[in-house]
Amino acid sequence: MRTKRSLSSRQNSLSSRANRGIWALGAAGEDRDSSSLTLLGMTDVFVKRSAQLVVLTLAVFTLLGAGDQSARFNDLGHKMMCVCGCNQILLECNHVGCAYSERMRAELATAVDRGDNDDLTLQGFVQKYGTTVMAAPTKTGFNRVAWITPYLALVLGLGTVVLIIGVWKGRGGNGEGSGGVGGGNSGGPGSGPEFERFRNQARKDTEV
Amino acid sequence: MSQIGSFALLLALALCAYSFLAGILALVNKGPGSERIGETARRAGIASFAIVFLAAVVLVVAAFQNDFSIAYIFHHSNRDLPAPYKFATLWSGQEGSLLFWALLLSAYGLVLRLRYKTDVRLFAYASVIIAAVQVFFLLLLNFAANPFGVMQGTLPPDGTGLNPLLQYPEMVIHPPMLYLGYVGFTVPFAFALAALIMRYPGEKWIQITRRWTMVTWGFLTCGVFLGAHWAYSVLGWGGYWGWDPVENASLMPWLTGTAFLHSVMMQEKRGMLKTWNMWLIFSTFMLSIFGTFLTRSGVVSSVHAFAQSSIGDWFVAFLAIIFATCLFFYVKNRSHLRTEHKLESLVSRESSFLFNNLLLLVACFTVLWGTLFPVLSEWVQGTKVTVGPPFFNRVNIPVALLLLLLTAVGPLLAWRRTSIDSLKRNFLWPAIGALALGILLVALGMKPWKDVSYFYSLMTIMLSALVAFTVISEFVRGGRVIGRHTSQNLFASMVQLAHRNTRRYGGYIVHFGVIVIMIGFAGSVFNQDKEQEMGFGDKMTIGAYTLVCQSYTQDDNPNYGSEWAVMNVFKGGKQIATLNPERRFYKASQQTSTMVANRSTPQEDLYVVYEGQNPETGRPIIKVHLNPLVMWVWVGVWIMIVGTVVALIPNAVQARVAAPARMRVEPVGAGD
Repeated sequence: MRTKRSLSSRQNSLSSRANRGIWALGAAGEDRDSSSLTLLGMTDVFVKRSAQLVVLTLAVFTLLGAGDQSARFNDLGHKMMCVCGCNQILLECNHVGCAYSERMRAELATAVDRGDNDDLTLQGFVQKYGTTVMAAPTKTGFNRVAWITPYLALVLGLGTVVLIIGVWKGRGGNGEGSGGVGGGNSGGPGSGPEFERFRNQARKDTEV
Repeated sequence: MSQIGSFALLLALALCAYSFLAGILALVNKGPGSERIGETARRAGIASFAIVFLAAVVLVVAAFQNDFSIAYIFHHSNRDLPAPYKFATLWSGQEGSLLFWALLLSAYGLVLRLRYKTDVRLFAYASVIIAAVQVFFLLLLNFAANPFGVMQGTLPPDGTGLNPLLQYPEMVIHPPMLYLGYVGFTVPFAFALAALIMRYPGEKWIQITRRWTMVTWGFLTCGVFLGAHWAYSVLGWGGYWGWDPVENASLMPWLTGTAFLHSVMMQEKRGMLKTWNMWLIFSTFMLSIFGTFLTRSGVVSSVHAFAQSSIGDWFVAFLAIIFATCLFFYVKNRSHLRTEHKLESLVSRESSFLFNNLLLLVACFTVLWGTLFPVLSEWVQGTKVTVGPPFFNRVNIPVALLLLLLTAVGPLLAWRRTSIDSLKRNFLWPAIGALALGILLVALGMKPWKDVSYFYSLMTIMLSALVAFTVISEFVRGGRVIGRHTSQNLFASMVQLAHRNTRRYGGYIVHFGVIVIMIGFAGSVFNQDKEQEMGFGDKMTIGAYTLVCQSYTQDDNPNYGSEWAVMNVFKGGKQIATLNPERRFYKASQQTSTMVANRSTPQEDLYVVYEGQNPETGRPIIKVHLNPLVMWVWVGVWIMIVGTVVALIPNAVQARVAAPARMRVEPVGAGD
């Protein structure tokens, strides 16, 4: 892919920069350690080692992220729409010569290469192309309502159903039509031990 | 030609208006002669079918005769359009599809009016309601969207042709299926409203409309998935469902219709949920009309905007009238809908149906909410937002998983009350089987902790397996019982079992189809794609496949010019196929379209799109998608169709056991 190809070459350069960074940090740390061991007590050494470990860990995680630029490109590209009017996700717009998607993909690749975080990248696109560029509402302001409402409906619905079942059970399980098998157990014709015996017999005889 | 069509539409409107007014008169007036008036109303309704049919035939003939004096034919056909698409011109544009809607509605009305002896009064009420809906569509056709409008000025030599996206074999069948589904829900709606208006005693109206509802639901299912297959094959983006507003519009009545098919059993068997069912079928019909409104009005932007105009106001007014009518009669006669029995236990078939309905309605609400939120946002914030696949997937997938769980548990629950021991006994082995499958998939490399989509995928497969095991265990257990009595083998026993209660076991087959489809959906997590400029001899590798570009070829016919690639596909060093992704240029409409080349296997689809040439380099661009398990989606639909057909077959045996007179014992195998 044209854009992806350029992205991957940029990724290689990013990775190599990242590798150089690891080596540089490690060397500087060793120099300082050798001199400080004689000046500081064991506690200080422990603190310093811990700090180095944290820095190293952070660096490793950061650089792991840098090595996954293609995944970020893919992820962000699926959070945006092509604005040409095709109503397709940016990375799924397959119109050759589309006036927008080619340009937008290139801009996205540049932002990812630059190391902009996700929010900054998406915000840049919103400022340039408007709010409709986002494939889903943001989770800020009134747009939160879009996300909350379906879950609220589910919770309210579940609550209502459980409440209805509770109320119905509390009423003794019968309405006005208590005849026959469906009649329940509130003392009508279909109740009591005789009813249970017939019911069990019927179940046994018709068990399929 | 156009005059015949226009006159036919006017005459059909007069007949339906008469059928409606005379029908009301006959029902309200109990005096002498009311029966005769009612009969004339029925016959006017029957005659309206013949007249609307005539109008539809006139439009199709005009398409075949290239009568471009009719504006609709000019805009949706051309001389070199192949015959099947000329036939499909009837539903290719707005005016024609409204005429097609009116035709199907009058056909449903014809069947209803011919079968009136089943229950004369109930059918008379239903006939009046259908006539009212017919009047609305015929008013539209006569005064807002006339398919027989004539061209002004010089007669054009050729038409502008059919939209290229619509020139695909499924165009001939997808819209009719979808419309049969949409329009068909008018019948159960009419019966439900009729039963409410006349305070119809008992649940017979449900038994009368049961087959109508199932057939209609079956058509809608076919229509929705044919649309998905069409999108997959033509749009060339590698997917089959994009949560487009028009796709959503077809899904919403399907969801409420599915809820109705389940909850209506509670009304039939236990006299419960009468109000709920009434409003479910009202909502399903209103959502069908709402879907047409969405498609036609342009209120939301859609890739399906083939036929937008300003008739949205008509639909809004019609929806308001329907809602007001339903509400009025509900308030007036709500005492008639009082439930006969109450729920006895949380662990019962009834409560599983309640939760099933809740989840289906939440899914429907989510789809409606997401579809309309851009309009709401613009109204509140002054800015429009997009609500696309990330929103719908995120909100609906958990709901779908809960539904799958209920599909597994529901059939194991008895009516009224189920003991926990019995549930454990029936559920243990299927649950162990599903869990074992999950562990196996993780051992084989599926990492649900890697990403939430992998987690959803694993859960979908596990829950689908759970449903499959419970369905199979239901068949096997029942088959064994019959086998013991009849000495037949297990398969023959299971066939007999299904034949004894076709509705129940047909339903299980439908459930089985649903899980096959869900497994197909789960595969989409592992989709891959690759795009590359490919000249002669260039290679592209994706998954286990290597594609080698053999050549590019061009062709030309009167309708379109085409250019396609010849791609040899290799797997494990061995050539397994040659694919020809194609790009067409339609001459009449001056538009291009893709024809995807797809090698489909149960494991995965190798989906190749010829996207055209890079404007800068002039080299052809090929995009390849590797989509696992897509075939399962289409196979699942076939299984659902088989299940629906089985459910429509009358039961073979109604064996009953002797019981005291006051007790009504369900037939053998009963208890859907």
